[in-house]
Amino acid sequence: MAVKQRLKTIERNPNERNKDFNEVNLGYTQELAIEEAKRCLQCPNPTCVQGCPVGIDIPGFIKKIAEKDFEGSYKVLKKYNSLPAICGRVCPQEIQCEGSCVLNKVGQPISIGALERFIADWAINNNIEEDIIPEKRINKKIAIIGAGPAGLTTASELSKAGFSVDMYEVFHDVGGVLIYGIPEFRLPKSIVKKEAQLLKKLGVNIFTNIPVGLAIHPKELLEKYDAIFIGVGAGTPKFMDIEGTELNGVYSANEFLTRINLMKAYKFPQSDTPVKIGEKIVVIGGGNTAMDAARSALRLGANVTIVYRRSENEMPARKEEIKHAKEEGVKFQTLTQPVRYIGDENGNLIGIECIKMELGEPDESGRRKPIPIPNSNFIIEASVAIEAIGTNPNKLLLSQFDGLELNKWGYIKADEFGRTSIEKVFAGGDIVTGSATVILAMGAGKKAASVIKQALY
Amino acid sequence: MKNKILEKRKLAYGVHEFWIENPIVSKNAKAGQFVIFRLYENGERIPLTISAVNKDSFRVIVKAIGKSTYELCRLNKGDFILDVVGPLGMPSEVKYYGNALVIGGGVGIAAITPIVKELIKEKNNVDVILGGRSKEYIILENEFKNANNLYIVTDDGSLGEKAYPHQFMEKMIQEKNYDIIWAIGPSKMMKACSEVAKKHDIKIWVSLNSIMVDGTGMCGGCRVRIGNKLKYTCVDGPEFDGRLVDWESFEKRLNQYRKEEKIALSKYLQEVGEPTWL
Repeated sequence: MAVKQRLKTIERNPNERNKDFNEVNLGYTQELAIEEAKRCLQCPNPTCVQGCPVGIDIPGFIKKIAEKDFEGSYKVLKKYNSLPAICGRVCPQEIQCEGSCVLNKVGQPISIGALERFIADWAINNNIEEDIIPEKRINKKIAIIGAGPAGLTTASELSKAGFSVDMYEVFHDVGGVLIYGIPEFRLPKSIVKKEAQLLKKLGVNIFTNIPVGLAIHPKELLEKYDAIFIGVGAGTPKFMDIEGTELNGVYSANEFLTRINLMKAYKFPQSDTPVKIGEKIVVIGGGNTAMDAARSALRLGANVTIVYRRSENEMPARKEEIKHAKEEGVKFQTLTQPVRYIGDENGNLIGIECIKMELGEPDESGRRKPIPIPNSNFIIEASVAIEAIGTNPNKLLLSQFDGLELNKWGYIKADEFGRTSIEKVFAGGDIVTGSATVILAMGAGKKAASVIKQALY
Repeated sequence: MKNKILEKRKLAYGVHEFWIENPIVSKNAKAGQFVIFRLYENGERIPLTISAVNKDSFRVIVKAIGKSTYELCRLNKGDFILDVVGPLGMPSEVKYYGNALVIGGGVGIAAITPIVKELIKEKNNVDVILGGRSKEYIILENEFKNANNLYIVTDDGSLGEKAYPHQFMEKMIQEKNYDIIWAIGPSKMMKACSEVAKKHDIKIWVSLNSIMVDGTGMCGGCRVRIGNKLKYTCVDGPEFDGRLVDWESFEKRLNQYRKEEKIALSKYLQEVGEPTWL
């Protein structure tokens, strides 16, 4: 059987887009979306749905696109996913829905992510709003701590079910990693704002600038609410902690990206928060965050190299992000590990001493373990180094929460439905799993919401 | 949350006292904690130590150093701060120690007021040293009336004894046994005081004014080496044992945006003219 190739989305030219922060991928036109949707086999037993952490009726919303019923498609989508414009852009579809698509066996999978994004954007552009009146109001109060993907999903699910929901966020804006971590060129802030605004329409009370734990004691929350959901993420950056980590010019990816995304440092001095750029920037790591940091640095005019200790095959980043980074001019130096930062007399970074690596046997992560090659040290010149090697749990809240059991890495112990060691207290997202993806956090929020609903209805 | 400025008073050149309406902060703040202000969209996040609380409001004392603090000092009674987040940071470890020595230098005097108050409440004997460049910079003097002893030192001798705080501290330690010390002020002062405390083997708390972005443990920009471990000032501090602080890298990190700060300030001054309000 001849199967048509998947249709490509429209992407901006790499040499144009690597100079600004506007979106790189422009998605599908209506015609392209309909064409692509028609490739879907409408499997009676759809494996793609099993591959989706929130179990979206994927054949259902795609069928409606093929039928040109965009509004109908949006309604199907929204039933399962409260943040489709975000997920369509940042989910690792290749290992989830698209990775499970039957068409993989005979050709290329359906472009589910791009279709999801198309429908979500279409709804935003046409001011289509879902029916947001809950069936009944329930006289129970829920507190959501953290307004990232997990918290936003839980808040939306519970509010739709009729609960009274208060959401607390320590930043001045909602979105969590969606606004401070993921750059504008991959996920425009306006999209996050629009999807978050829907929460307000659902009646969720959003309190920003509140450090729960210090401004409101957990005890007070336990007294005031019938259930509490903790979705505070795992925002504390890890450092390799090699010599010279204190030097000026050494950043965590979180700091670099927060300065740029949340504080708009790329507009300095029009905006007030600066960020160091310099000529040569080295980004350390191979995940999506490393790609985001590298591509942001590139857009600020730097010469950017990604240094990763394994080979490109082992990089955890989405393939699309690696491809985009390369097209835009980010250099890759794999099988390389920094061992020391070198500074000048003023404490400014001037170089990074690295060692070459080779791959040995697979380790507990299943990836081949990088082993240093003796006497292969060399120095890379750099005035800025950005470490994107992962995060630890954020302890601002956890240190204040008596009796909340944590695992040996400091994350909250919770079962698959988010139940914690304290009755009424649920948790989900990165603060339970360690840093993962937006959609997994949303899936956790959704599961916790279903259990809270059952318990309190 | 409106964050209205209820009172504003000039304490010294470029040093202003603000009372901000915010019941969440005032209800929960403990000595040693801080808040972060953001004045408007695209404004910087400015960390400031909480210096006192009232029923529905709290006090910060701001020294104009860069563009954002200049702008803050230009605000008046009745104006609003767009965002106030807090309280943040670990509270001071205030308990009964016995004899306590508390040193405040310059605008750091604002930070020691709640600590001294709490130490007295815990029945400690509290001696206080206030230090400043000259008599104009000795602020809030009358808020230390309840201390057992109050000493003032100035760099130029225009008020109290002509000495640096750490020199006077050394003299005090020679005369009396202290069980605990706090020193809050410019990093040079805190470093010098920490060296004296180390020599006499007395624990000394300092409050580090690291450069921060979020203040919630998320960016790692405020990291500081304490006893050879990396710590984050915003969630592990802001107070640390001064004897363990790696002062050299701390001071270098404080200067990391000097160039950018200069650019931002001169651009601002071009827009607004002479800062007569300072």
